[in-house]
Amino acid sequence: MANGILVAAEVSGGAVAPISLEVLGAARRLADQNGEPVQAAVIGSGVEGLAKELIAHGADHVFVVDEPALAKYSCDGFVAAMEKVNAAASPSAILMGQSDMGRDLGPRLAFRLGSTAAMDCLSVSAPGGKLIAERPCYGGNARANFSFNTSPAVVTIRSKAQEPLARDDSRQGQVTKVDAGIDAAAIRDKITGHQEVAEEGIRLEDAEVIVAGGRGIGSAEGFAVLEELAKALGGAVGATRAACDNGWRPVSEQIGLTGKIVGPTLYFAVGISGASQHMAGCSGAKNIVAINKDPEAIIFKSSRFGIVDDYKKVLPALVEACRKLRA
Amino acid sequence: MPLHIIACVKQVPDPEAPASSFRVDEAAKKVIAAAGVAPVISQFDALAVEAALRIKDAAADTKVTVVSLGPEGARDVIKHSLAMGADEGVLLTDGAFEGDSYTTALALSKAIEKIGDYNLVLCGRQATDWDAGVVGYGIAELLGVASVSLAKAVTIQDGKVVVERVLMEGYDTVEAPLPALVTVSNELGEPRYPKLQQIMMAARKQVTVWGAGDIGFASSGVRANLERLFQPVSEVECEVVEGETPDEAAQKLAQRLRDQKII
Repeated sequence: MANGILVAAEVSGGAVAPISLEVLGAARRLADQNGEPVQAAVIGSGVEGLAKELIAHGADHVFVVDEPALAKYSCDGFVAAMEKVNAAASPSAILMGQSDMGRDLGPRLAFRLGSTAAMDCLSVSAPGGKLIAERPCYGGNARANFSFNTSPAVVTIRSKAQEPLARDDSRQGQVTKVDAGIDAAAIRDKITGHQEVAEEGIRLEDAEVIVAGGRGIGSAEGFAVLEELAKALGGAVGATRAACDNGWRPVSEQIGLTGKIVGPTLYFAVGISGASQHMAGCSGAKNIVAINKDPEAIIFKSSRFGIVDDYKKVLPALVEACRKLRA
Repeated sequence: MPLHIIACVKQVPDPEAPASSFRVDEAAKKVIAAAGVAPVISQFDALAVEAALRIKDAAADTKVTVVSLGPEGARDVIKHSLAMGADEGVLLTDGAFEGDSYTTALALSKAIEKIGDYNLVLCGRQATDWDAGVVGYGIAELLGVASVSLAKAVTIQDGKVVVERVLMEGYDTVEAPLPALVTVSNELGEPRYPKLQQIMMAARKQVTVWGAGDIGFASSGVRANLERLFQPVSEVECEVVEGETPDEAAQKLAQRLRDQKII
């Protein structure tokens, strides 16, 4: 792994996405195991100023691809840009976040480079110089460790699985501009519209307290008391895929393998059995409290506190008690 | 213009099987199939078939072919897709196909090239066994066609595929010229459930079976090695809070959370 680790950073709202800083942290720790450099790529239009952010968070060398045709994400455009950066950086591995960009860019880039990808990994290590990526599979019921025969392997890292480095503005690094010459007309996948789903209140990813409900809530109306508890604790409401698929809650509140990944201090799992596909989204929570009438529910195995009872009986009193304690 | 859509489907262990029945053979690096639980079509792949059929509902001269790579038993997920309304099925079965995401994508891309004359390839966003999320994109790259991922809606308009692509916050509308490959996410909705009459009709349909030689598959070997497969252990000890009444339990819980400085 002589050429170091390349991180493909993601730009979100004009800044480096938080997940990319976590990936940089993982890359730095990985590279330091073998005394290697961390390189980073930032792709977009008007993104050159972000290079110093990446250096302050652990990059030794930043490659900037700053072209108008890359103002919006496209698979064709970003794969082509990363191909150019890869040629300049020749890394042994490429890391990126398991995000809107990483999910799409990672595997296609890997195949373009004659390699392969391990997606949604929790960690990367290099015992004896051999890259190992650890990822959940079977809906989180199992974990798999993969090594690679081709290079660079592309590894995407799950949100909140790795810690970013503390910002250090005194860190020094090199910045190289890469001219990828991306022609907008050659990009086949084009974004023609965008619909933002306005989230009321606190973003799930930022919430310190989440009150999540599952199949056991039974109806859209049943969530009212969960909303009250969230309000009493200054938190946000989340839901399982089953609750969203039933139309009880908007998809934007879905937590799990195919939804959001959250890491609050306190996570109430109400009427949630604890299927691994859901746990994949909330296993980063510091404290899980389960409220479920089924004492055998697997959720209790991941929970620090639990009440075995019908949520309809427990939650109103819990809302009241929390209001009093916080008053 | 008649359309030809190819949907790739995989047979997986039923993810609804109780978590307590989940076992891993660490030495063999394999999941032990839960006794008495029949394998099913991967949920997102059923949605890929559903997305194809919604296009067919809107344009009747659309042909839908399903392809599955797996053991002989994977014929069942092809039959399921045919019963949903797909027109033709191809089963790729050969020991040579066993490998990793790369060998799977290679075999499927070779089969798709052999089927030929396709306008759109649809795949699930990931299979619910390995959750790899690689094969669809790999097929697109090997075929050299445009790809759009994580669709919650797929339509054909003016010879282009128009996809609503799910994002963390909201969605993008993305267009790509045909032929293209699209991966489908759960936000698409529910797949249709086959009716008895369709199941009986599907049972009589022929499924084409191809091995490595039929599709010109020659792999240079796997690109990823499974080094270890194991079940993670949870270290959490659950403190069950009890009370004479639900009210009392709730108050005690709130107090415990306060004692621990969690709230």
